[in-house]
Amino acid sequence: MDSQSAIPSAGRANATSASTAGKRSFWTEIVRQKYLYLMSLPFVIWLFVFNYVPIWGWTMAFQNYKPAKSFIDQKWVGFDQFRTLFHDDQFYMVLRNTLAMSVMGLVAGFVFPIVFAVLLNEVKGVAFKRVAQTISYLPHFVSWVVVAGIVTNMLSLGGVVNHILVWLHIIDEPIQFMAKPHWFWGIVTGADIWKETGWNAIIYLAAITGIDKELYEAARVDGAGRFRQMWNVTLPGIRSTIMVLFIMSIGHLLSIGYEKQMLLGNNLVSDYSQVLDLYALNYGIKIAHFSYGTAISMFNSVISIILLFTANGLFKKFAKESIM
Amino acid sequence: MFNFINYFVLTVIVVATVYPFLNVLAISLNDSTDTVRGGIYLWPRQFTLKNYETIFGYSTLITGFKISVLRTVIGTVLGLISASMLAYTLSRPDFRSRRFVSVFLALTMYFSGGMVPVYILMRDLHLIGTFAIYVLPGIVSAFNVFVIRSFIDGLPYALQESAKLDGANDFQIYYKVVLPLCKPVLATIALFLAVGQWNSWFDTYLYNGNKPSLTTLQYELMKILDSTQQGSAMVNSNDLAKLMQQVSPESIKMAITIVVTVPILVVYPFLQRFFVGGMTLGAVKA
Repeated sequence: MDSQSAIPSAGRANATSASTAGKRSFWTEIVRQKYLYLMSLPFVIWLFVFNYVPIWGWTMAFQNYKPAKSFIDQKWVGFDQFRTLFHDDQFYMVLRNTLAMSVMGLVAGFVFPIVFAVLLNEVKGVAFKRVAQTISYLPHFVSWVVVAGIVTNMLSLGGVVNHILVWLHIIDEPIQFMAKPHWFWGIVTGADIWKETGWNAIIYLAAITGIDKELYEAARVDGAGRFRQMWNVTLPGIRSTIMVLFIMSIGHLLSIGYEKQMLLGNNLVSDYSQVLDLYALNYGIKIAHFSYGTAISMFNSVISIILLFTANGLFKKFAKESIM
Repeated sequence: MFNFINYFVLTVIVVATVYPFLNVLAISLNDSTDTVRGGIYLWPRQFTLKNYETIFGYSTLITGFKISVLRTVIGTVLGLISASMLAYTLSRPDFRSRRFVSVFLALTMYFSGGMVPVYILMRDLHLIGTFAIYVLPGIVSAFNVFVIRSFIDGLPYALQESAKLDGANDFQIYYKVVLPLCKPVLATIALFLAVGQWNSWFDTYLYNGNKPSLTTLQYELMKILDSTQQGSAMVNSNDLAKLMQQVSPESIKMAITIVVTVPILVVYPFLQRFFVGGMTLGAVKA
């Protein structure tokens, strides 16, 4: 979402400021707008320090960085760190985990909110709808620490999930979900669904309210039932919203974060829970291999940027088509 | 028939969302030795407030609570000031450097140096082991700026022009004209900022983990969570072990979870109408 609001604003700023900039000289203009500069420049400097200077830190990936030395005294090693990285078996395991969990999260993060929004839209009772919606985005506001605690509690041996599964005779005895490596990706995705479905549905619900009511009327006249209306009117009505959000989230495929993996993971499942950021944390910071850790971070960022440009290209193509 | 199934499915979703919270609440209010027997669902079996008494008698958690509140208040105020000021300057069509600032800001949403370079920067700035590290790095958020900006763009520009004719300078226009009109969007952003600050634990873990005077509530909860997990890597601190002799870690965990969650539950119904608007504002812009 962030990315969508940014691109058009930057574009419009460009067009208008060019036309309004007068013939006054550069400095008189700055003095005249001193308050605007006072209100923006400090934050620009701030952004430079906290957001742009770390990019310069990427140079560490090509050094054998020693904290005690100055920049000039660092030993430059070219692509050695990357060579080590690409020869590390653990790296491929971590990459697999990252990709698996992000793709699962991406798919679940679209299917569930859309289904939830469509179902909620079919509810006629205003009170029920409001209560259901209010409750549904509650988990979005609690921290991953709390969610991890709750998930661990629910999935424990004496937890409610095992109780229900045993009671329904789906399993014979309780499963130790949190200790089973193969369950980990599913648990993370499930926790994500529990936490974010209601929140992510807000946008779709807003898009659904924008659909022309006459379309439903026409569909009913043509003899369409509720399912046909959902399939042929509601879903096509929010198609463009879905497309935009989907393309945008491709750009964030590798930046799935590390919070859930770190909080839900444990030593028993680490082969399935390690993701790129945790790998960077463990090597880069905990055992102070700063250059190696930077190489991991840089790999992550570069792939993300490539994905983002690809997604942006797709977005432009899609946007053009939809205008025609 | 369809209606019945639909209501049923939605009810299941609602119950699945609420039940874990109620279960945590019930366990937190149940006698700790009794909880170990299991079988606590919606109501405590042996009601007690001892779990809460224990955690509130524990100085680390009191410190954690103070730091959490402090970072939430300071972080939210600083974040609101920066985002609204930047948004205002970006909304002014005659601002000369508008394009530069806009692009400079937008780029930060796509690029990030990554965990290790940021860590090195914090170390070089001597921010590790300080309170400032909680609030300083997150002051400007491009997303927040753009949400407020699109709200300001929707306000009638004539108001600003008439204030200008009355002799107000740009800062006075921002402070006296624009800011009061922005209350709904500022409430939304304040909620996002406050929740973000209140919920964060990783910065404490990474930068201030060995500074007991600066730990936050979420971090303390995370430590307890981690120490009770199977295959845990983290060793109990002595304090924690002492605490757990009195009351089982499970009950402590649940009581802290409630303490950490309740402030959010209290504010969020009031702010709900704002943030739903704020979310759609960000989306509709596309």
